[in-house]
Amino acid sequence: MPEPLFEFLCRMGDNTLVLGQRVSEWCGHAPVLEEDIALANTALDLIGQTQMWLGLAGEVEGKGRSADDLAMLRDVWDFRNVLLVEQPNGDFGQTLMRQFLFDAWHLAMLTGLKDSANPRVAEIAAKAVKEVAYHVERSSGTVIGLGDGTSESHARMQAALDLLWPYAGEMFVADTVDTAMAEAGISPDLADLRTAFDVHVQRVLGEATLTVPESDFAHKGGKTGFRHSEHLGHMLTQMQWLQRAYPGATW
Amino acid sequence: MSSPNSAYPDTPKENAKPKRHEWPLWEVFIRGQHGMSHRHVGSLHAPDEATAIRNARDVYTRRNEGVSIWVVEARHIAASSPSDKGPLFEPSESKVYRHPTFFDIPDDVGAM
Repeated sequence: MPEPLFEFLCRMGDNTLVLGQRVSEWCGHAPVLEEDIALANTALDLIGQTQMWLGLAGEVEGKGRSADDLAMLRDVWDFRNVLLVEQPNGDFGQTLMRQFLFDAWHLAMLTGLKDSANPRVAEIAAKAVKEVAYHVERSSGTVIGLGDGTSESHARMQAALDLLWPYAGEMFVADTVDTAMAEAGISPDLADLRTAFDVHVQRVLGEATLTVPESDFAHKGGKTGFRHSEHLGHMLTQMQWLQRAYPGATW
Repeated sequence: MSSPNSAYPDTPKENAKPKRHEWPLWEVFIRGQHGMSHRHVGSLHAPDEATAIRNARDVYTRRNEGVSIWVVEARHIAASSPSDKGPLFEPSESKVYRHPTFFDIPDDVGAM
């Protein structure tokens, strides 16, 4: 069994890394200039958080791997992000729905991690939670605007919710790593986060006039690394292209 | 009303139909870290006030420029006309006595 703290830190860092990379794909392509800059800001915040989480993961592992090594030199099966964040951008609405569902979980998670028994974890969470509080304000505002917008935007947002809702559950299903972290007081109990998430998400989606799907079926296998979706490998070929073509290249 | 080269672009009148499906234009004012007042920094498009403030945050304060943001829809700004420059501003050019440079301001007064 791998060291649970290392696994946990990789999960936090891989979530922000993969979502940051995904969101950065919009750079120069967003529907309006203001959204383009806002999405790039969000992506940069997430990459900044990745440096802290994976940096600490490398220290905890003690094999001399840096955050860059972990980000650029691992392949799909070593990634520990949830399946939600590796899903393709789709249209703008789908990107924002994915962002909102992740942000709502992320805010609850980081709020809990601020009180972590591990001071390094608490420190990172305290810094990241301010950024994420803004991310969720922005993504929920856009989800409401588009959901309660025109019939076209409403239909797209409902389709995005129907598509992505089955990926929300994985964020709350605890495995041995999550349980070990909760017992050590390092991370909050995932089941406790679910209540805050549900209240938050129901309020926003209600205001957005969207209907939450009835089914609580959840795709799983991302954060354990057991079975990522086919999208992650394609994304990594782009993200890691330089290190694959020119191993060890620096500037 | 404003001319093509004025500081503020033409904006549609209250009930006129916009030419394109574009969000309204907002003028952005930021109060800086040590600034005493909000200063005009630029403009952006947004569908409503709350979004305009969020957009202003992302477009104009990403390098830690500000502590406060004001936004106002550009159509609410009334601007002087460049053709009125003469009557509006030239009369004050020759009146140096209107500048309060002949007084010593005590330090206790602070910023004015």
